[in-house]
Amino acid sequence: MSETLIASKAAPVRFESVTKSFGRDVVAVDNIDLHVEAGKLVTLLGPSGCGKTTTLRMIAGLEMATSGRILIGDRDVTTLPATDRDVSMVFQSYALFPHMSVLENVSYGLTFSGFSKTETRDRALAGLELVGLKGFDARLPSELSGGQQQRVAVARALVLEPQVLLFDEPLSNLDAKLRRQVREDIRAIQQDLGLTVVYVTHDQEEALAVSDEIVVMRNASIAQIGTPRSLYDAPVDRFVADFIGEANILPCTIEGVADDMATISIEGYKHTLPARGLAPGEAKLAVRPSRLVIGAQDGFKAKIAKATYVGVRMEYTLEASFGSMFAVHDDVDTPLEVGSDVTVGFSQKGPVLLPEA
Amino acid sequence: MRNVSSETTAHPALIFWIVAGWVGFCLLPWYGVEDGFFSFEWLVDGYPFDEDYAPAAFLIGQGEKLWLTPLLIPLIISLFALGRKKSDPLYAKILIASGALGFGWLIAQGFGIGIRGYNYEWLTALFGDLGDRQFGMGYGALLLASAYLFLFTQGIAARGAINGDVFVVSAIGGVIVIVTVFVFFPIAKMLLAAFITEEGGYSASVFASKFFDDRLWGLGCLSGGRCGAAWNSLFLAITVGILTTVLGLVFALVVTRSGFRYKRALRALTVLPIITPPFVIGLALILLFGLSGSVTQFFADLFGVQPTRWLYGMPGVLIAQTLAFTPIAFLVLIGVVEGVSPSMEEAAQTLRANRWQTFRTVSLPLMRPGLANAFLLGFIESMADFGNPLVLGGNFDVLSTEIFFAIVGAQYDQGRAAVLAMVLLFFTLSAFYAQRMWLGKKSYTTVSGKGDAGVHPLMPNGLAIPVFIAAITWGLFTVVVYGMILYGSVVELWGVNNTLTFKHYVTAFSVRFEETGIRWTGAAWDSFWTTIYIAAAAAPLTAIVGLITAYLLTRQSFAGKNAFEFGTMLSFAIPGTVIGVSYILAFNVPPIEITGTGIILIVSFIFRNMPVGVRAGIASMSQLDKSLDESSLTLGANSWQTFRRVILPLLKPAILAALVYSFVRAMTAISAVIFLVSAEYDMATSYIIGRVENNDYGLAIAYSTTLIFVMLAAVGLLQLLVGRTQIGRRTQFGAKEQT
Repeated sequence: MSETLIASKAAPVRFESVTKSFGRDVVAVDNIDLHVEAGKLVTLLGPSGCGKTTTLRMIAGLEMATSGRILIGDRDVTTLPATDRDVSMVFQSYALFPHMSVLENVSYGLTFSGFSKTETRDRALAGLELVGLKGFDARLPSELSGGQQQRVAVARALVLEPQVLLFDEPLSNLDAKLRRQVREDIRAIQQDLGLTVVYVTHDQEEALAVSDEIVVMRNASIAQIGTPRSLYDAPVDRFVADFIGEANILPCTIEGVADDMATISIEGYKHTLPARGLAPGEAKLAVRPSRLVIGAQDGFKAKIAKATYVGVRMEYTLEASFGSMFAVHDDVDTPLEVGSDVTVGFSQKGPVLLPEA
Repeated sequence: MRNVSSETTAHPALIFWIVAGWVGFCLLPWYGVEDGFFSFEWLVDGYPFDEDYAPAAFLIGQGEKLWLTPLLIPLIISLFALGRKKSDPLYAKILIASGALGFGWLIAQGFGIGIRGYNYEWLTALFGDLGDRQFGMGYGALLLASAYLFLFTQGIAARGAINGDVFVVSAIGGVIVIVTVFVFFPIAKMLLAAFITEEGGYSASVFASKFFDDRLWGLGCLSGGRCGAAWNSLFLAITVGILTTVLGLVFALVVTRSGFRYKRALRALTVLPIITPPFVIGLALILLFGLSGSVTQFFADLFGVQPTRWLYGMPGVLIAQTLAFTPIAFLVLIGVVEGVSPSMEEAAQTLRANRWQTFRTVSLPLMRPGLANAFLLGFIESMADFGNPLVLGGNFDVLSTEIFFAIVGAQYDQGRAAVLAMVLLFFTLSAFYAQRMWLGKKSYTTVSGKGDAGVHPLMPNGLAIPVFIAAITWGLFTVVVYGMILYGSVVELWGVNNTLTFKHYVTAFSVRFEETGIRWTGAAWDSFWTTIYIAAAAAPLTAIVGLITAYLLTRQSFAGKNAFEFGTMLSFAIPGTVIGVSYILAFNVPPIEITGTGIILIVSFIFRNMPVGVRAGIASMSQLDKSLDESSLTLGANSWQTFRRVILPLLKPAILAALVYSFVRAMTAISAVIFLVSAEYDMATSYIIGRVENNDYGLAIAYSTTLIFVMLAAVGLLQLLVGRTQIGRRTQFGAKEQT
């Protein structure tokens, strides 16, 4: 029943050179272009103060762009206030109205959308059922747990069938165990209903887990846009490489490029990998900790500086002549001793040259 | 109140209070010294053998006041606790027994024996005529009573109450005792007084005849006559409550939800009620609309009509009180209106509610606690207001002035005053109760968790226009009224001779420089210095009591905490007039005999202003994370050291605010003060009211103006010392605004 009542009117969102500044000198969002496809979940990811929340609030209509154009569907909404945009938002603090019951909260938006009384009620109840809160309609928000409050906030936004649904760090007030479950629920609802969702977070793991596409932001502008896998496997620069998962950034020399494949060397150790448009010369290489092979036949020399047992694997800090790096190893039964010399190589796939480092 | 947690046998707090008890019993004068609490003439005037100044031990030694002898027993008992360990069950038992016995006997003999021997017939019947008498308690009794109280609380703590924390138990005990003595005891005494016949017996018919008096409940005004004071007060208070709440909300909305550019000027409004003695507004209104007021004269000349006395009565009091108390409502509402979490309103907007719908369905309901509070404050202030009805009331009788005339006037009828005060108290307590009912158990706290970075939306246009009109009209009116006060103080004789003169200031505040020093020749200096001295003495005590109570309420949990909170906040709902009446009824006879002294003024200020100190303390303490205390406790400090070293330094702004606020409030208060002043201790406000009654408006207004400037200086100094708080929220207009 709920599936029949709550449908999706998903629409794409488009930013065209949008800038937002506060006062004269604070530029929160600097000339960004962004396209969110209909029915996709796109995450805005970045450290605090990077402009991701401001971007989200501009989609909602809670902040007005200083310049540029914002389109939802094929409608230009740049100057429309929040009330007139077909967008709803789940707030970080949930912003449930404390003086209204759960049902009143969920019905709130519907009463302003021209539904009859019975239809409002049916839709609100359907929304509550969808988020698994059937039977909670008479409670006050203060009588619910944090996770339940969060689901009420989601239901309240969902029942309006918005063109775009916005989430502002929805998991940050939940405990760690609940986070995994709630993010899976959000992803499931989004995929079932085919919603367009823009999702703000600063947690890279959360972003990797839920997104169709991730927009990494830094200093009011976009650092890189891509699918979770492409961002993880092929970051454009040191910032993205380090922000999405950990990465060792190593200096190397590109000795030659042929057919878009580069041959690099580190202390004489040779490795071939995609050139990503780089020419021979000095370059930076990003290697994930799991892609360093300790005890390889071929490789560069390093010394074990630190060894830590974390249960599922061993974590090592390695000291090489050009700097230190962080590696993990699955063999926990015969750990390497601190101080011993090892040869370190790369696994076949994994290391990636950074074009903009 | 220092304590140690270690298991040594010498507990400094215990030794201190035992020594204090002995000093109180053997060294200090037992009875109140007539020359005043802070005069030390007794040291050279017959001490320690003169009966008036002798300590209890010397009295007994001379064979007098033998009923004090049993007080020695608990003091001796307490000595047995000295050698014991805290964990020893006997330790607790000894202290509890000693404290309870001593304190109990002290109270019992105090109430049992008064200035005419035994206070109760049955005591005389039982023991025969005493043939002796005693006066109010003094230093010795006070110290011994404290010693017994804190020995008792140490005993309770040793038994493990509140984790055996001596400081907390002692603080709770102390606060309970002083609130009982200075709030509940006088009120109870007053309630009893309503039943006392002229012969001193008790009778319900006396109460009934006074209670059902037509002057109290008459409904003559419905048929063109006069109504009873109770109806007048009730109607006035409700109207003032509603008007001030609406106007306060109007100003709060202009400041928080509009693009108005002179918000700072509006915020300055909040300072006005604090620094203005309430009746000053009444005076200004007389200058404007009175029989010879400027506006009256202007219209009389314009239309050739006879000026009327329309101002005197209900209209004048209503306008004056609305003017005087609107800023208080604003002060309450601004915090609430700002406190509504912006993300609530933003959420409503993203849920397709337009500005008006957002305001009506979300913002306004969330402001409900503030509206209820503002109404309650306006209601109580109006009920308690004494100055404006006195100045402007005419034939419009209200309870507060009726009480005053019952006590001070020719009729001198304490019973009637008590009955009237009971009606007044009944109204305010009902309002207090109704407010709690109306708010119910719904939650209005909007700030949950983190992440409130939003912006308050602007008001809907349909609301903004009337709001602006109301705000501007009222703002201008206020400015005119205050202008009149300033102008009125430099006019020779208002409406008759409008030449400018400093005469009134000279009469009030002239000084002569002579060889022996400065001579304060002005008529107002006496009451001015008394006011400063009393206010300065009351301020730190108010702050201390308020902050300790706030600390107990926010940081500790103990059985009966809700009752404790209710008790401490109750004096907030008790009008000053009631406090005044109950104090003179309770404290002009032993065991506590302080009417006519400065102490009674100080004490009344402490308990009148304590709720403010408590609220201020709670507000700032609940912002300090509890883990701060806990980390201090785990680092080895006890709760007194934690309070002293961690909480207090972080509360500096709150302390300063409480200090200045209670200082200034003490200077402007009138309703309780008018009953408690004496020839020796006259306060500025009661002096001014006296001038007004003699139609000496010039001097009254000049004095009021001076007071306003003195207090403005005090508040300004505070602002400088504390600085302004910064709220890092986004604003409607993009730029980060500095508030």
